[in-house]
Amino acid sequence: MNGNEFLFLLNGLKWTVFLSAIGFVCGAASGLGIALARTSGLRPLERATAGYIAVFQGTPLLMQLFVVYYGLALVGLKLDAWLSVAIGFTLHASAFLGEIWRGSIEAVPKGQTEAAKALSLGYVSRMRDVILPQAIKISLPATIGFLVQLIKGTSLAAIVGFTELARAGTIISNQIFKPLLVFGVVGALYFLICWPLSLYGARLERRLAAASH
Amino acid sequence: MNYKFDFGPVIDGLPDLLWGCLGTLGLALAGMVLALVIGIGGVVLRDSPYRGLRWLVISFVELIRNTPFLVQIYFIFFALPLAGIRLDPTPTAIIALGVNGGAYAIEIIRGGVQSISKGQIEAGLALGLHKGQVFRLVVLKPALRAIFPSLTSQFILLTLTTSIASAISAYELTSVAQNIENNSFRSFEVYGVVTLLYLVMSWLMMRMFAQITARHFSYPVK
Repeated sequence: MNGNEFLFLLNGLKWTVFLSAIGFVCGAASGLGIALARTSGLRPLERATAGYIAVFQGTPLLMQLFVVYYGLALVGLKLDAWLSVAIGFTLHASAFLGEIWRGSIEAVPKGQTEAAKALSLGYVSRMRDVILPQAIKISLPATIGFLVQLIKGTSLAAIVGFTELARAGTIISNQIFKPLLVFGVVGALYFLICWPLSLYGARLERRLAAASH
Repeated sequence: MNYKFDFGPVIDGLPDLLWGCLGTLGLALAGMVLALVIGIGGVVLRDSPYRGLRWLVISFVELIRNTPFLVQIYFIFFALPLAGIRLDPTPTAIIALGVNGGAYAIEIIRGGVQSISKGQIEAGLALGLHKGQVFRLVVLKPALRAIFPSLTSQFILLTLTTSIASAISAYELTSVAQNIENNSFRSFEVYGVVTLLYLVMSWLMMRMFAQITARHFSYPVK
């Protein structure tokens, strides 16, 4: 593998990072909405979001990408491949983050909500100033765990035909006929991004466990 | 939107798709069995007195958990022939699923083993239970109870992961769907129905595992 081919892989890596970042940031924004709806106490809203989460957790990410990709084309939206894929990852992330954060919101002791109500704080202030800051702290290890899943998941964009790191690897591998070398390097690049995040998540988890004993 | 839905090709292909579902379940089951074998072996090695072995297991777990399955399956797909092992795509996919699931199984099973304290085994022996009884009632059942929920959700995850095995055209639901799509160009209809089939499969598995938990692993202990 020469320098140019390695650069091609790095260019793929750039798209992997970009897709992960978009999916995570947009997914986080809509995931927060889903978590709030899921814990809102309004039955229809809770049911709808529970169904949304169940669908995304019960189907393969690859199918979700396919359905979004072809579904968007079908309703007449002519989008670039990266945008369709980014929308797919956003929806996927919103469901998983919504479920993680629902759990964290419910893990905040009930007394906190009651105390906030007793102080006559409205819903917005209660959530923003009392519940969410505590819930975020609880959710951090699982959120980082999901981010690692998402980064690995972006490799499936390769199957849809978008050239990120995994597909860049396939292309180079077909050119130079050294699949083990190429996929070894590709795997190492993924590992270099994901491993520090995993270690950080595990450290946060230990600290959280120590704090709650 | 002036698209006309045409589910004809999907309906014609329904028998194939249902066979594909069986392929998916078979792939997942075989992969899970291999994962459990690797998991149990890994736990034994992970806590062995040899530092090199422990280090090897830890590296394996970290390596698998921090790289995408797609890259793993490609790597194994190309590595096996170089090692002189010629296999069809489907057995190759089973090995890849087993290796991937095995890394997660090691962590889960290890947690279960660690949840049994030595004092309980001693207490069991002091109460006059046989060694076999102690293993069955004091070690195995509580450990299984501790790990059963994580193992079963890992199983469902592995079932969903099998769709990636279509990348090396192993026999499972997604590759069957891709065949139908290639011949009919009814992409949305095909993948929509297939997504639904996956949803039904994971829902059925969830229900089944919940039943088993309620029956065999819930308190009070029967």
